[in-house]
Amino acid sequence: MLKDLFYYIIYPGFLFVAVSGGILAWFDRKITAWLQFRKGPPFLQPFYDFFKLLLVKETILPAKGSKITFLLAPVFSLTGALLAGLLILLPVLNIKSGFSGDIIVIFYLLTIPSLTYIIGALASGNPLAAVGASREMKLIVSYELTFLLIIAAIILKANMSIKLNEILLVQEDSPFIGSISGVLLFIVAVFTVQAKLGLVPFDMAEAETEITHGFFIEYSGTPYAFIKLAKYSMLFILPVFLCSLFLGGLQFNGLNILWSVLKLLGIVLLLTLIRNTNPRVRIDQAMRFFFVWMNLLVIIAIVLILFGL
Amino acid sequence: MGFKEFCFKKSLWLFHFGGASCNNCDIEILDCLTPRYDVERFGMLLVGSIRHADVLLVNGSINQKDKKRLLEIYHQAPKPILVVAIGACGCTGGIFAEGNTFAGPVDKIIPVDAYIPGCPPKPEAILAGIVKLLNKKPEQHKSA
Ligand code: SF4
Repeated sequence: MLKDLFYYIIYPGFLFVAVSGGILAWFDRKITAWLQFRKGPPFLQPFYDFFKLLLVKETILPAKGSKITFLLAPVFSLTGALLAGLLILLPVLNIKSGFSGDIIVIFYLLTIPSLTYIIGALASGNPLAAVGASREMKLIVSYELTFLLIIAAIILKANMSIKLNEILLVQEDSPFIGSISGVLLFIVAVFTVQAKLGLVPFDMAEAETEITHGFFIEYSGTPYAFIKLAKYSMLFILPVFLCSLFLGGLQFNGLNILWSVLKLLGIVLLLTLIRNTNPRVRIDQAMRFFFVWMNLLVIIAIVLILFGL
Repeated sequence: MGFKEFCFKKSLWLFHFGGASCNNCDIEILDCLTPRYDVERFGMLLVGSIRHADVLLVNGSINQKDKKRLLEIYHQAPKPILVVAIGACGCTGGIFAEGNTFAGPVDKIIPVDAYIPGCPPKPEAILAGIVKLLNKKPEQHKSA
């Protein structure tokens, strides 16, 4: 019992996910700064931001809007992100083996943050937030099918097992990235994760320059701190998920720690590079990108898997 | 300096309010974010929504119409908020002080925590003003 609580709250649950997410958020900002020949923020910057929002700033509630929904949405987004993190990390770190079908539960839990952002934005009653929410809705519709197809392809590759632990076991000596279909799927998965995180080519829901932070426009103080924490956690969880689907998971023992950390940083570096070298696309372009090109790639990959490549 | 105060000073998010400015001050403020000056070193970010802001940068002369907007923006901001008046126009009215639509320098409308004079102030001057703001004792902040 006590051990379970330790798993849920400290390692690899809440605290571990939040702290590593914060460190990855710093990494992302630092790399961005270096790419622009700047010096970048100090190491603890994400934590300063979080504690400032949590402890110092006033929370303002929208005058015309549903206050309770507005306040609960960030709590639910954080809960969804952390639960997904727990379900992914317990099998990945070899602490517990999980249950059959957990990969489908993870898929649903990973959608919760985006959904709750939409609910919170619509509850705030701000027109710009509503624009952001509607854009995010269209974005979810476009990338979620691709994400589901990727997971289906992975399940096909792993001899029809729907358990994350077994998918990891199949990859024990040859990770999925080592085949042609694996490479194709990995490319698509990176773009999907980019859209899930709301990073630049697909950040039209947050578009700072046109709709001023879109669905977060009305959030301030503690609820915004929760949103920040949920975003940090997603920045850690989704790369870990990618690692476990394609790169054979993470091992935290002995020298493997270094290798695992490198894998994670590599994926985040890839996401940051894409984010810094691309302009924001329009929502219709994003939908076409996912519906036509990315789905096509996944279907080619599935056909290749059926031929055993 | 307590933990709260420390975190606040380490992560000031800036919101830029341009009054009836001649646009030079706006450009100099944006200069601070460029690689050469890079205020992100101090944890500062330019944010788009006043709800996220910790520092309200006001530049340009404030005329009758801007006054209403400035007051509204100030009341929408989550407290504590620091106000910085940038440029001769923000501090005193500058060359527009005699104009018939002029509604008073910024500190006649809302409490100001720091003044950065110059027409326009160089980015170095803006950075110096920000560092002074950071080193200010907490009790010296106007009750915002
Ligand atoms: S202070 Fe000078 S540079 Fe700045 S807005 Fe006024 S006139 Fe323009």
